[in-house]
Amino acid sequence: MEKRTFLKGGAIAIALGAVGMPKISLAAGGKTIGISIPAATHGWTGGLNFQTKRTVEQMKKAFPDIEFVVAAANDASKQVNDVEDLVARGIDALVILPFESEPLTEPVKQAKAQGVFITTVDRGLAEEGIEDLYVGGNNPQYGVIAGQYFKKKFPDGAKIVVMRGIPTTIDNVRIDAFKKELEGSKVQILDMQFANWNPDKGFEVMQDFLQKFDAIDGVWAGDDDAALGAMEAIKQANRPKPIVVLGGSGMNKVVKMVKDGGGAVDADIFYPPTLIIPAIELTTMRAATQAPIRGRYILDSPLITKDNAEEFYFPDSPY
Amino acid sequence: MNAAAADMPHRPWLGATKRLSALGPILALLALISIGSLLSDSFLSAGNLSNLLTRSAIVGIIAIGATYVITAGGLDLSVGSMSALIAGLVIMGMNAAGSSLGDSWLVVLIGIVLALALGVVAGTLNGILVVKGGIDAFIVTLGTMGIFRSVITWLSDGGSISLSSSLKGVARPLYYGSVAGVSYPLIAMIFLAVGAELVLRRARIGRHVTAIGSNPEVARYSAIRVHRVRILTYVFQGVCVALATMIYVPRLGAATPSTGLLWELEAIAAVIIGGTALKGGFGRIWGSIVGVLILGLIDNILNLTALASPYLNGAFQGIIIIIAVYLQKGRREV
Repeated sequence: MEKRTFLKGGAIAIALGAVGMPKISLAAGGKTIGISIPAATHGWTGGLNFQTKRTVEQMKKAFPDIEFVVAAANDASKQVNDVEDLVARGIDALVILPFESEPLTEPVKQAKAQGVFITTVDRGLAEEGIEDLYVGGNNPQYGVIAGQYFKKKFPDGAKIVVMRGIPTTIDNVRIDAFKKELEGSKVQILDMQFANWNPDKGFEVMQDFLQKFDAIDGVWAGDDDAALGAMEAIKQANRPKPIVVLGGSGMNKVVKMVKDGGGAVDADIFYPPTLIIPAIELTTMRAATQAPIRGRYILDSPLITKDNAEEFYFPDSPY
Repeated sequence: MNAAAADMPHRPWLGATKRLSALGPILALLALISIGSLLSDSFLSAGNLSNLLTRSAIVGIIAIGATYVITAGGLDLSVGSMSALIAGLVIMGMNAAGSSLGDSWLVVLIGIVLALALGVVAGTLNGILVVKGGIDAFIVTLGTMGIFRSVITWLSDGGSISLSSSLKGVARPLYYGSVAGVSYPLIAMIFLAVGAELVLRRARIGRHVTAIGSNPEVARYSAIRVHRVRILTYVFQGVCVALATMIYVPRLGAATPSTGLLWELEAIAAVIIGGTALKGGFGRIWGSIVGVLILGLIDNILNLTALASPYLNGAFQGIIIIIAVYLQKGRREV
């Protein structure tokens, strides 16, 4: 018991880690899993935090011996500190959704060198072979599915506008795949602007698109938050011809619209914050049962339509 | 020495330069408008101008309050977070009221009253901590900024708090409605701006605000109730944030942890672009409104023209802010 309170003094624990003392598990016999994720800065990360909390609670119930430490960071440099603190606390496994790949590579490598089992989620690291387990969505497929949706929707050609996200690698990968998918098709991209996966920005960007172009057949908002903003701007403009809106990532509000049908959106692309769930579960399983889990676990990004919407609908999630 | 001294009428030789530099923000605005109309056919369309002015009203109304706070020598960094928190609480309140009262205008009215009450409470909190607590305004409002933002993130579980869809329809006109082509948010901003400008220039309390920002010691010896006036500027800022929030809420009908992000910087930048002295003692409401329009115009023009890579939007904003303020350097140096 004394050892335990001793370690809970964070500063001392960090000092211990820094001088390379051997790891001491917090709970006697049990293992500790550290989870490092981005803080709730937009809807998707909000959902991520919600699902993390939920999964950790379930896992604690199932495996009372295992302890969890969750740290949410606002930016990459805070996340680097978080990882260092977690390692200093003596974690046995680290589940991390890196803010950016580059800055997090070195600290995670250090953790690995200390014998920590590494699970990366959604984004890989800048160097291959560090993580033991990778759980991710399929970002290129995200763009491809969106491209296919518009090609199928408009076989005779159409003019569409695109909202990009927060300028990041993920956004680049998706947009490149989207543009490539539309190459040679009759669907023409009129313009692209950053809407930061944000409803307010989505509203303003869509208002400006509507002023700039007389004929718009569709918009790919890239994200459901931005799509909600775009829908309001379209409603306000009151164009005689309806504009097709596609968002993405599976916000429950939008999935419900798809499920109910008859509204402005008839599809969504699955790229949900729920991908943290298998990452935490698999890592916990490994710690608890010594299951030899390693490798890559890729979740598809299928198109959500009225027929399969039920499967992707989480009414209680904040996202 | 300070800006108020430049206003003294008995230094007539300063008049010409002063008048010229007072035009700084207007010149910048006119330059932007002509650039916009040259680069894009749709820029001067009634639809675009109406969009732009209505959008700008939200930060515009906040900037009116910020002008008072800054003129009195204070600062409020919490306005964006305050707006997000008020938006979340008001939506929760309206949903609760709507479930018992039905979808009526009464619910919207309750929402407005609730927002104003919350704005007064938050503003009073800031004001009392700064004035009575004697803590620097930067620190107090940096603290409340973090508190308000965290509470809304916690309340919304990191997601969004949405107005029930039937109430959304009732509240919608608050943002989208208009009289003779002039939108309600714009009307609200104009009335508030004219009133605030008149009070700042003509009413006793307005002159007290300026005097305190210019020199609090002298103001106290002049029997001005310095503490009371300074607290009132923060309360007025809270009221302005509440009004802006009641324009924001019906637009998308939701509050999220990213609501109002960086509005404090936009408002402060607009106030300074407009010619108000950052260290207090001189304030110009119309200048702040022009400042908000300048900031809104830059975004709008860049969206309409695809002039350069959208990665560079922030750089254009930076350049124009610096130029707009440089144009008034004449007055500052006096």
